[in-house]
Amino acid sequence: MHVPDGFLDAPTSIATGVVAAGGVALALRGARRELDDRTAPMAGLVATFVFAGQMVNFPVGAGTSGHLLGGALAAVLVGPWTGVLCVSTVLLVQALLMADGGITALGTNVTLLGIAAVGVAWLVFKGLRMVLPDRLGVVAPAAAVAALVSVPVAALVFSLLFAVGGNAPVAFDKVVTAMVAWHLVIGLGEALITGLVVGSVVAVRPDLVHGARSALRARPLEIRQSA
Amino acid sequence: MSSSRVSRRTFLVASLVLALLVAGVASYYASSHPDGLEHVAQQTGFLDTAEDSPASKSPMAGYTTRGVEDERLSGGVAGVVGALVVLVLAGGLFRVLRRRQPEGDT
Repeated sequence: MHVPDGFLDAPTSIATGVVAAGGVALALRGARRELDDRTAPMAGLVATFVFAGQMVNFPVGAGTSGHLLGGALAAVLVGPWTGVLCVSTVLLVQALLMADGGITALGTNVTLLGIAAVGVAWLVFKGLRMVLPDRLGVVAPAAAVAALVSVPVAALVFSLLFAVGGNAPVAFDKVVTAMVAWHLVIGLGEALITGLVVGSVVAVRPDLVHGARSALRARPLEIRQSA
Repeated sequence: MSSSRVSRRTFLVASLVLALLVAGVASYYASSHPDGLEHVAQQTGFLDTAEDSPASKSPMAGYTTRGVEDERLSGGVAGVVGALVVLVLAGGLFRVLRRRQPEGDT
């Protein structure tokens, strides 16, 4: 869902640029609380994995494809603030190096995929974790649901931006219906990938999963020998 | 369980190899159909408002490597280079932002 230059007019692009800059500035502060010597290398890898995952478009029918956005994946694995920075770094490299997503649209893409998708994913994940039992087994399914929700929400936000500042006179209801419907299907792929990846990391090193911290604390302490 | 635990280093190296394989190899098999936004733009009639990015002259624009004829290699190199650039940028940023633990505990 990388917005190219030209879809949105200049005022809207400037506005999303301001939102993106503000969001990234907040994330730079928030991420300090999430990152330590153990999780910082993990977070760099998560950004790398999101870049890689975004390259693999999967077909969703009718000659259309989708790819991982990675907002829920990053938020659950390394925390929401760091997740914003992971996705934003990926978007920056894609825009400058790969010409994937526009340059004037970079603020829009950071707002949609870096801030909206990550933020919604984290809220859904936290909400589910509060309602469900605090167990490790819950982490991956909750991440998958968060991923599923995050994609159509980002599509909805794009539709709203397009209604405000789209450069073509297309009716809002047409755009929003098609955007949300397609991205609900793409969200299923997002949920599958996110659930599998988060589930794998939880199985191998749950202590490196930000969203699993409380479940780990709930378990009795065990003494481990440091190798 | 603790004895079979994968070391953090092994985990990180394995994850990096996996990410590079996805970016460098699996990406070749990605669907080339338009993505959701592009499809909707086409269907509802605003795709022609898209403009070429100023970065479209980048040597790796469109996830291809300029000058590399072989399609698989061209995309693979672009994917691996892009992934490594993200690793350096994000890894460097997070290294600067992290709280340091003087005890040296890993």
